[in-house]
Amino acid sequence: MLSGILGKKVGMTHVFTEEGKNIPVTVIQAGPVYVTQIKTVETDGYNAIQVGYEEMSDKHLTFPKHGHLKKAGVTTNLRHMAEFRVDSTDGFELGQEIKVDIFGEGENVDLTAKSKGRGFAGGVKRHHFKGQHMTHGFMTHRRPNSSGATGPQRVFKGTKKPGHMGDAQITQTGSRIVGLDAERNLIWVSGSVPGAPDGLVRVTKAGK
Amino acid sequence: MSKQAILASVAEPNLKSDLPVIKPGDTVRAHVKVREGGKERIQIFEGLAIAVKNGGIAKNVTLRKISNGVGVERTLLLHSPNVEKFEVLRHGKVRRAKLYYIRGKVGKAARIAEKR
Repeated sequence: MLSGILGKKVGMTHVFTEEGKNIPVTVIQAGPVYVTQIKTVETDGYNAIQVGYEEMSDKHLTFPKHGHLKKAGVTTNLRHMAEFRVDSTDGFELGQEIKVDIFGEGENVDLTAKSKGRGFAGGVKRHHFKGQHMTHGFMTHRRPNSSGATGPQRVFKGTKKPGHMGDAQITQTGSRIVGLDAERNLIWVSGSVPGAPDGLVRVTKAGK
Repeated sequence: MSKQAILASVAEPNLKSDLPVIKPGDTVRAHVKVREGGKERIQIFEGLAIAVKNGGIAKNVTLRKISNGVGVERTLLLHSPNVEKFEVLRHGKVRRAKLYYIRGKVGKAARIAEKR
């Protein structure tokens, strides 16, 4: 069984548990994914399953990709490709469809996605610097101010500074699957998920 | 299927279909489930609806009452399974959607006329 799947973030809503607790959930449209390549120790040095997700038009299908998909017996163009490591490739075949039923309700998963880009952000937003007072005669408000002591007359490497924030890969571990709908390829996990709606999310079993 | 339709369909099984229409100014009796020592019982909370906030499954009502001279407010989710049922006892005649001004009033000044 594959340890993960690819999906798209849909958005957030709430559900109630049986005990009457109201929990916020993020809905992910996950799969189906199609096996496009099987990598084995003999041929590639490690065992892995490459899958493709999200059918799209052939308009931008390149010749190399066309050949790769044709080899796997996949007739439609797929937008995203990803690889999942497996212990053994037994039971997998090219072109095989994999759906969300590899997961179960109540299972913990890790979610990898690209966070929302914040552009060039200041220290207050990027590193939670305190900033200065807004009033009482302060002439600066959100500056990073001192970069260090006068002792070593230089700025240490890795000192927190303003700079580009977000638009980076984030892995959120241990999110609980609250529910899933295998027919409509939906899963909903407790809490938030990194990134914007429609963003690609890689859902893997916790710790895999 | 649009994103909004997907989200609505996920929340839909949790929704109640037999809810009364609650408006600000109404006097509402809520039958709240209370769990104590492994047992479950119904506790009644009756008060004036000073705010109704929409939001699909998150739709909620703020009920205010005076208990032993102290103002008590509870915000209850309308679709929560923790609330057995809501009863609207009286429709109030009010001219605004949020009756927060009533917090600063006591006794006769805090009355709301009944809608006829």
